[in-house]
Amino acid sequence: MEAIGRVPGRVVGSHRTKFYGLSTCVWCKKARQLLEELGAEFDYVYVDLVEGKDREAVLAELTRLGRGETFPTLVIDGSDCIVGFKPDEIRRALGS
Amino acid sequence: MNAGLPSAADGEALRTRLELEAESAGYHLNPDLEFTRSLTHGLLVNEGRYGYRACPCRLATGDAARDRDIVCPCDYRDADLLDWGGCFCGLYVSADIQEGKTSLASVPERRPPAAERTMAPDAPRLGRALSLPVWRCRVCGYLCARQRPPAVCPICKATSDRFEAFA
Repeated sequence: MEAIGRVPGRVVGSHRTKFYGLSTCVWCKKARQLLEELGAEFDYVYVDLVEGKDREAVLAELTRLGRGETFPTLVIDGSDCIVGFKPDEIRRALGS
Repeated sequence: MNAGLPSAADGEALRTRLELEAESAGYHLNPDLEFTRSLTHGLLVNEGRYGYRACPCRLATGDAARDRDIVCPCDYRDADLLDWGGCFCGLYVSADIQEGKTSLASVPERRPPAAERTMAPDAPRLGRALSLPVWRCRVCGYLCARQRPPAVCPICKATSDRFEAFA
């Protein structure tokens, strides 16, 4: 599993979504599957797979958003956060 | 990061063992086998990485003392079972969820942020003298009066480092 990457998605001109997850977490797996089913374009980072300064930088991003270390966290269009696997909220936020 | 990942069969073997232990102590594993196998596999991945089975749904630091409260079963499991019917990762569930009467949704994180976490108190709290110190299992609340905590909690199988001085 890649630590950091982008899924191109099938939906053109949609939201900018960033997925923060853990590679070992089953709820993160479900959240990513849902994003893929919805055809969303998203950047992802598996925080347990990045180390040192890179991990600090990712955690600082979450702190800036006012979020702790809780996964999965989805950030939609830079500010809208969904913490935990909440399929209805994810569908609503991505407009599908 | 790892020398060899655990196999799916390893995850299933651990799931079977944890289920036996859970049922013998009045706890229940999530009946969704695929879901639960994924979690026990995650526990083994973390055991390979850190040397202990940190919660697969939380970010471990690799520092055993800082991660102690999230070693499975975590310090927060029983409170989450009461309030939400499942622990944070969903490995352990209530009897109602095990029996399919209700389903498990996302459980909010109750672990305090690092700065607010309290370590186990190491001094007796009672003013009066007891003939022996009382130790409390931080995982399940089991109390015992003896010189040292047991090596393994007889109720939930947490190791002795999960005990705090209670009285």
